[in-house]
Amino acid sequence: MAHRPTDVPAVDGSAEERAQPAAVLRRRDFLTAIGVAAAGYLAGCSDEVREAFFRNHFLELSPQEVEARLRRLRDTYGARYGKNVDMSAVAARPGVVFGYALDLSRCVGCRRCVYACVRENNQSRDPQIQWIRVLEMEKDKGIDFAEANPYYDPERVPEEHHFYLPVACQQCRQPQCTMVCPVQATWQEPDGIVAIDYDWCIGCRCCMAACPYGARHFNWGDPHVPADEINPDMHVLGNRPRLRGVVEKCTFCVQRVRDGRYPACVEICPVGARKFGNLMDPEGEISLILEQKRVFVLKAELNTQPKFYYFYGT
Amino acid sequence: MSDPGEEGKREAAGHGATPEPDTEFSIAQSNALLPLLLIAALTVLVLLVVTVRSRPVIPPVGAPADKAYSPKDFPEVFKALDALAVKDTGPELARASFPVPPPPFTEGMFPCMSCHESIPPNAERRPLEAMHADIVFEHDAEHRWCLDCHDVTDRNQLRLANGTLVPFTESYRLCGQCHGTQFRDWRTGIHGKRTGYWDGPKRYLLCVHCHNPHSPRFAALAPLPPPVRPQFLAAGDAAAVQGAAAPPAGEETGHGAQTH
Repeated sequence: MAHRPTDVPAVDGSAEERAQPAAVLRRRDFLTAIGVAAAGYLAGCSDEVREAFFRNHFLELSPQEVEARLRRLRDTYGARYGKNVDMSAVAARPGVVFGYALDLSRCVGCRRCVYACVRENNQSRDPQIQWIRVLEMEKDKGIDFAEANPYYDPERVPEEHHFYLPVACQQCRQPQCTMVCPVQATWQEPDGIVAIDYDWCIGCRCCMAACPYGARHFNWGDPHVPADEINPDMHVLGNRPRLRGVVEKCTFCVQRVRDGRYPACVEICPVGARKFGNLMDPEGEISLILEQKRVFVLKAELNTQPKFYYFYGT
Repeated sequence: MSDPGEEGKREAAGHGATPEPDTEFSIAQSNALLPLLLIAALTVLVLLVVTVRSRPVIPPVGAPADKAYSPKDFPEVFKALDALAVKDTGPELARASFPVPPPPFTEGMFPCMSCHESIPPNAERRPLEAMHADIVFEHDAEHRWCLDCHDVTDRNQLRLANGTLVPFTESYRLCGQCHGTQFRDWRTGIHGKRTGYWDGPKRYLLCVHCHNPHSPRFAALAPLPPPVRPQFLAAGDAAAVQGAAAPPAGEETGHGAQTH
């Protein structure tokens, strides 16, 4: 030790402790005081704050705790938006794996799906977040992400010599995003939907770096959705309003599809290019498309094994 | 030198009328300067390229994708969506094998017999002038005309090639006579659009909901506006964050409002 005079022989710890002035706050006392203060604060505050403080990972919640969280969210959003919020946590059905197919020979790039998705999933209007991005590409060049243009804005679509490739979360079977998440705030559900626990996400954005499809979006600012535009039909892992500093992405409209309904983008597509169904159902449209049409996935070489297929219907 | 003769010739030419020997001489003298000069030239070049290329390409305000649009800007699009939504899972959808919404008749046209009752049928192929002149017929016009699909006596129905009359709500049977592969795909949900439940009742759209039967090529439509470019992202209320650099996109909505 540099501060100890060299002529004083080294003494044991207790001697050193005794040598210190008595008025100094000792570490042990300090930590104890902090602990007592924190315990006192938590004992005095409401159940809601206590729940938020000691909340657990979504997958580790007991049914009662899930119910408590749903109740809390229902109350919070109900008060904030002045609406009767239907907050559910419906689990995946056994024997169902969702698949999606998009007919590139039909898509005209009208972006109806983008805004239907924003409306259904309560995406922030300002700052703008859109889960679907439609890329305009040249037929001569084929699928070339470097040359793709998401900002096309002609009078009419489709434009000659162009085709359109809408990209959202590909719901990979090997989701890189879930593998890099340091807190496991994102995972793959049994029905194949890659979900995010917005309460657990720490906003490190590792998943965004890992996703090869640019499908994940970060709330850099406070997300803003006007109260009269809120969709009150919510799922706790899906379209409930997000917080600043968390990542969000397409969930195949989990609040709709676990009810048996089609996703919002499927229902609005004016050309019927979007197809959705159960991959495990041999009579379902996705199985038939995989069987009968020319199908491919984006960036197959990365072995992410998406459940979002592109096909040519003609 | 493989060809000293030619070399010598060139040298001789150099030593002739031109001042080339001087140049050669000076290059030899400034041997140390040459690399320096080269480096300086390269640096200038690199700096030039960097300044030109690194300038951010910021489209002017008023260029496309400078404003964040919201679904509420397009109420008519979503009115159509809500009209298609299948709310009832009940008897309406269970009855028909292919439940469809009402066919897209022009206002006041159906039932056709309310006019055609009093008009004697005329099966002669001719251009229509008095009525229905607004119909642009581009559906194999060389070979087809009205009465290939419309029945000559019962105008409220369509007529298959084998003489069977089918109502307008089953027009897919008529289309399927020629477009067999599309009909096959439409029945299983691969072609066309279905709404409702992926695991339950579905409502089909008829062929004619998307394809005008008289001119079936899918009509081009106006796209909804592009996503806002990152530099305009939080232009609304976060202008303070970006400081003076943030363009006043909130005020400059003229372009978008006109286009869309």
